[in-house]
Amino acid sequence: MRYLPKSPADREAMLKAIGVRSMDDLFAPIPAEYRLSGDLNIPRQMAESEIVDWFKLRAKENAEGYTSFLGAGAYFHYRPVIIDALVQRGEFLTSYTPYQAEFAQGTLQAIFEFQTMISELTGMDLANASMYDGSTGAAEAVMMACRITGRSGAVIARSVHPEYREVLSTYATHQGIPVKTIGFAESGRIGAKELQQAVTDQTACVLIQSPNFFGTVEDVEAAAEIAHAKGALLVVSIAEAASLGIIEPPRTADIVSMEAQSFGVPLGFGGPYCGVLATKEKFVRQMPGRLAGQTVDKKGKRGFVLTLATREQHIRREKATSNICTNQALVALMVNIFMTVYGKVGLRELAKQNLAKAAYAADQFGKQAKVLFGGAPRFNEFVVQTSEDPYAINSRLLGHKIVGGLPLERFYPELGHAALWCCTELTTRSMIDTAVGLVAESERAVRSMKEAEEEVTL
Amino acid sequence: MKHMTRKATRHISQNENLIFEKSSPGKAAWRLPPLDVPEVDAAKLLGKQERKDLGDLPEVSEIEIIRHFTRLSTWNYAIDLGMFPLGSCTMKYNPRVNEFVSRIEGLANGHPYQPMKISQGALRIIKTLSECLIEITGMDAITLQPAAGAHGELTGLLMVRAYHESKGNPRKKVLIPDSAHGTNPATAAMVGYAVENLKSNERGMVDVAALAAQMNEDVAALMVTNPNTLGVFEQEIHKIAELMHAKGGLLYMDGANMNALVGKARPGEFGVDVMHLNLHKTFSTPHGGGGPGSGPVAVKKILEPFLPKPTVISKPDGTLAFDYDRPQSVGRVRAFYGNFGMFIRALAYIFANGPDGLRQTTEDAVLNANYIRKGLEGVYDLPYDTPSMHEVVFSDKIQSKKGVRTMDLAKRLIDYGFHPYTTAFPLIVSGALMIEPTESEPKEELDLFIEAMKSMAEEVEEDAQFVLEAPHNTRVSRLDETQAARKPVLRWRPEHP
Repeated sequence: MRYLPKSPADREAMLKAIGVRSMDDLFAPIPAEYRLSGDLNIPRQMAESEIVDWFKLRAKENAEGYTSFLGAGAYFHYRPVIIDALVQRGEFLTSYTPYQAEFAQGTLQAIFEFQTMISELTGMDLANASMYDGSTGAAEAVMMACRITGRSGAVIARSVHPEYREVLSTYATHQGIPVKTIGFAESGRIGAKELQQAVTDQTACVLIQSPNFFGTVEDVEAAAEIAHAKGALLVVSIAEAASLGIIEPPRTADIVSMEAQSFGVPLGFGGPYCGVLATKEKFVRQMPGRLAGQTVDKKGKRGFVLTLATREQHIRREKATSNICTNQALVALMVNIFMTVYGKVGLRELAKQNLAKAAYAADQFGKQAKVLFGGAPRFNEFVVQTSEDPYAINSRLLGHKIVGGLPLERFYPELGHAALWCCTELTTRSMIDTAVGLVAESERAVRSMKEAEEEVTL
Repeated sequence: MKHMTRKATRHISQNENLIFEKSSPGKAAWRLPPLDVPEVDAAKLLGKQERKDLGDLPEVSEIEIIRHFTRLSTWNYAIDLGMFPLGSCTMKYNPRVNEFVSRIEGLANGHPYQPMKISQGALRIIKTLSECLIEITGMDAITLQPAAGAHGELTGLLMVRAYHESKGNPRKKVLIPDSAHGTNPATAAMVGYAVENLKSNERGMVDVAALAAQMNEDVAALMVTNPNTLGVFEQEIHKIAELMHAKGGLLYMDGANMNALVGKARPGEFGVDVMHLNLHKTFSTPHGGGGPGSGPVAVKKILEPFLPKPTVISKPDGTLAFDYDRPQSVGRVRAFYGNFGMFIRALAYIFANGPDGLRQTTEDAVLNANYIRKGLEGVYDLPYDTPSMHEVVFSDKIQSKKGVRTMDLAKRLIDYGFHPYTTAFPLIVSGALMIEPTESEPKEELDLFIEAMKSMAEEVEEDAQFVLEAPHNTRVSRLDETQAARKPVLRWRPEHP
């Protein structure tokens, strides 16, 4: 086996040094009846070339060479090539959680920079070293709000990513956290009145997403006022990190839970991604996840360590703030490098391009079909309602190597034939025009079919 | 340095400030293509929601970024540099072909919501890995959704709870041996179970008599790690399973130490009902400085209805699809389908090994641990002389007489060019040195390690103070953790705001 650095003679010599006759002796602690005698029934050992071929075939069966208008919590942005060049350095790739700080200053300083940039971007005081992803991060943020307020209810907007809501419901079930869901108004935003009615003095937090699942930017300040008036916290989930380049961050929130996949992390069929929590300074001891902090060594030199570990499971066991034991360090490093590449000016320009592309596309679609939720600003996503079932439209688009918007029927049946479309800086005008043209064709076909039907009935 | 080491030599290491300290207005490392749609007036579109300032984000050029992160990287120790004997963490070689195949266009750029018709490759990867892991564990069904080991524990216990609820009583508590990982009790608490400690016996194993006394109809499950955190195989595992099952409880196995079993024994055959795996330990996906992990959960038939949704199914026409119609499912534990990129890497590892390679891997892992044990017996105290599997746990009993504790020895080991072993865990050993070499170490590296450990022990006898002040050769000396926690500085701020 090519990964194993031993010759048969090495093994013999080592067995002899240990003082056993054979490998079997080393496995004697396992009762004989549980020791496998034969081979596992898995594919035979493959050459590297065979492995590469196998995965290339799988890639061919996937969407290679398609143009996609999918967003919905997973965004296709450009990834500068230096990201992979740097994260594949063995010293990052093959190192461990930096518990032994003196031997892991590289990872620790990178985390410290990551925490700083996330704090700046989200408008919060502090951020942690990352979470599994945006969905689990939002659930952890709600649990954190319960610990801070000593209350147990959560009010959550239906315009939060549906799968995030599902995860929250899984987490909340056994923690005695009743979850109340509130709808969205015609503008696509949460209704202030409905929110006001839902929040009581038992509510630990209100969870909203901005831009929300429909791409609409919420009025965070208004939501914060309503939550705070009842002593509840406001948790804001951000699924599209790129929006922070041009959209005011949720400064009035108490906890921000962000999915940072947009910042240099491959779509990768849904993971690994990079969640992160940011919060106000006064709440940091209730925050789950790892934290890197600055300190000095014995000679007074600046250095970094993992800190506030007394919140964590390896110290507190069943009394810990969370059972979390890893973060997404390498993915957070991708995010870190991406933020460094684009920086203060580039992130704004990048966001502006997203804004422009989506505005153009929504305009064009609006001429052929109905674009919902026009009453509030949006970032790079919008909902298009068509006469025809979007699944049918999409299967025709596939023939042109275009993946259309996400049909919303599964999550929001009340919106009828609606789909969520996304444009990023990588979406070209000609792609948009082609997609709009095809949708227009289908709209016309449905219209003329309806007219024909009407004639027949007449 | 007092004693010479053959492993490491001091070398120039570049200094590097925080990236913010290198920033100045006008530098840039990005360029966007020209905009091919009309420009928009952000103020008009967004009104008061428009962001005007991005605060203290850096402005630097590309070469500075390359140097910045390359310099930082050289301050880390890594498997690629040498042995990383962290017990319980299984720091094995991370094959480069894993990285290569995970970046193939079409896999790396697959969107989680793209139509099933053009997702067949991704689904096939999920299904093939699932089948391999079911075969390796001897279980009946699996979910790959959990993002890490602890997340897998959460998922497993959610299923345990759902199972008991389906029988009319969720039960009240979970039994956990005192040698367990901290994630076990933390997870049980998250699922609403009270935690009851289970004492280990004098051989470091679950005390079966104590278990019999503590087991009753209030107990939902026992969470056992096997081999346990001492690296010892629970020889009475079947009796343990019988005791649990007789009173309607379930046996959960923490698969953190599966590297001792793959291809040699299958948990499904010794009574385990539910277990998680750590793809980043046993199946070679990189630890990456602390994640991403991946924590699949394998279960017996009785728990299958409760698996998180969606699951992957084969349709009559031979294509694969996600199945969301699972009324008894515990729900979703993560958006989308889990850390798919890690599935690719784990599967590439299984392909590279095959059945014979996996068996040999496990054998070498156990061989290496026992070789170290033999080499250090007598030099360090061995609190339990029960046979070791893939890791061995010593204590600092001998060295602590000179005031040198396990953490001090760990810091000194850094000077010898090795990453430290796991310190002060498991909790049942006072001053533990938990050493897991994995299969990836050649005999030469093991000999260097043994030599370094012996040399350190001599140093303790000759000049304990010197060891207490270690590390001596790192770019920073021992860091003040108390100050870091008392007055946390968790981010950079400009000096003149």
